[in-house]
Amino acid sequence: MGEILLAIKNLNAWYGESHILHGMDFEVREGEVVTLLGRNGAGKTTTLKSIMGMVGKRQGSVLFRNRELIHLASNRIARQGIAFCPEERGIFASLDVEENLLLPPQVAAGGLGLEQIYELFPNLKERLRSQGTKLSGGEQQMLAIGRILRTGAQLLLLDEPTEGLAPVIVQQIGRTIERLKKEGFTILLVEQNFRFAQKLADRHYIVEHGRVVEMVPGAALEANMHRVHEYLGV
Amino acid sequence: MEIFGVPTQALFGQLLIGLINGSFYALLSLGLAVIFGLLNIINFTHGAQYMLGAFCAYLLLEKLGLGYWWALVIAPVLVGALGIIIERTMLKQLYKLDHLYGLLLTFGLALVIQGVFRNQYGSSGQPYAIPPALAGGHNLGFMFLPTYRAWVIVASVVICFGTWFLIERTKLGSYLRAATENPELVQAFGINVPRMITLTYGFGVALAALAGVMAGPIYQVSPQMGADLIIVVFAVVVIGGMGSIMGSILTGFGLGVLEGLTKVFYPEASNTVIFIVMALVLLVKPAGLFGTQK
Repeated sequence: MGEILLAIKNLNAWYGESHILHGMDFEVREGEVVTLLGRNGAGKTTTLKSIMGMVGKRQGSVLFRNRELIHLASNRIARQGIAFCPEERGIFASLDVEENLLLPPQVAAGGLGLEQIYELFPNLKERLRSQGTKLSGGEQQMLAIGRILRTGAQLLLLDEPTEGLAPVIVQQIGRTIERLKKEGFTILLVEQNFRFAQKLADRHYIVEHGRVVEMVPGAALEANMHRVHEYLGV
Repeated sequence: MEIFGVPTQALFGQLLIGLINGSFYALLSLGLAVIFGLLNIINFTHGAQYMLGAFCAYLLLEKLGLGYWWALVIAPVLVGALGIIIERTMLKQLYKLDHLYGLLLTFGLALVIQGVFRNQYGSSGQPYAIPPALAGGHNLGFMFLPTYRAWVIVASVVICFGTWFLIERTKLGSYLRAATENPELVQAFGINVPRMITLTYGFGVALAALAGVMAGPIYQVSPQMGADLIIVVFAVVVIGGMGSIMGSILTGFGLGVLEGLTKVFYPEASNTVIFIVMALVLLVKPAGLFGTQK
């Protein structure tokens, strides 16, 4: 088992007056794929945004490679080697596909080259000059994932990468995550699509009301399925 | 020789004046567009910052004996630095509030700056000589072309399209365009967006100051020179589309020419033609000719 890469301790977060996270605790080890599962509004996306410093106010501890990130601005957090792929994909309409792809600066050595990204997502290579937001939903998701692979970040935060996509594209995203895991990337994945996450993750954290209520190892998932279904309301 | 019953000398003379005015409209509206695009601030201090550029050139000459070419470099740097101080100390507090607050603050600042200079230098203008290298002119046969005015037009075109290239065709420009759409995400990619906002405001202000230096030898250097121009420039920005770089450039030059031609064919409307165009554009395309609805 790898070293602890990310350790979240008693993380609280607020949007304005709304207290969203109420003491999240979990950890992610190097080379793992870990999912945050939970119903809508449980605080999964806010957890990713809190790790990135994208919420109004946060308290607690976010340790990355044993360095405390809780007081850093989001640009400095990204420079530590964490990359975020948002739920709404965040493709920029005023940039073409290539500009979108090249936008995030490299924060460390070891990122994928453009040819490797085109090999993962051949559609992107054919549409380099298209406006980013003119791509299909699936292509936009490929672009959103592809652009953070260039940066050299070792921890990838993926927020619902399969949302609203056709099954064939979901399978392609799944194969991509498997391959990234093999190449040594560490992935923290927020997913509503439990079936998708089930096949990929080493561990699952169940999130309710802004805190982790249970951790289920990937291998023990089948045995605990009824409880997971209760939590998720499936 | 006449065209449409108008002597060519008069027609081309007015066309030249239109291009000169258009150069200043384009330079100023470009700065406003850059600032609005990223900061969402309607910078009403822009006219005062243009005036500061002209006064900076005047004072550099009067107090330090530094001429026009020095002023072209020093004035934008000094006034741009003042802009950076304004952004860091005042505008920064307003980004999460309605546009109206930024507009009120910058409008108030413009009144203060103009008031200070009117108090110090009076309302009448100070002369600023054309640099010797750009004095004189050329007889083109159909019109007389003063060298300095040709220089202003060429320099404005180069600066405007250079800025367009920087924003539309470079990596730095892609950061700026992306931050205009979603600053939070761009910052989460590792880019220092607050610093970029500060430098962008400084750059927009520096453009206004550069226009002020170039305007010095054509118009007189007076505390009111920016206030007279800024209303027209805002009309240009609205017509081109708030935040649109190419819109500001093309509309600036185009409306300058339209204003010049109106002076030839229907002088009574020359002061209002830009505002008539603005009203029509707002009715037909509220986001402006090159703008996109936010």
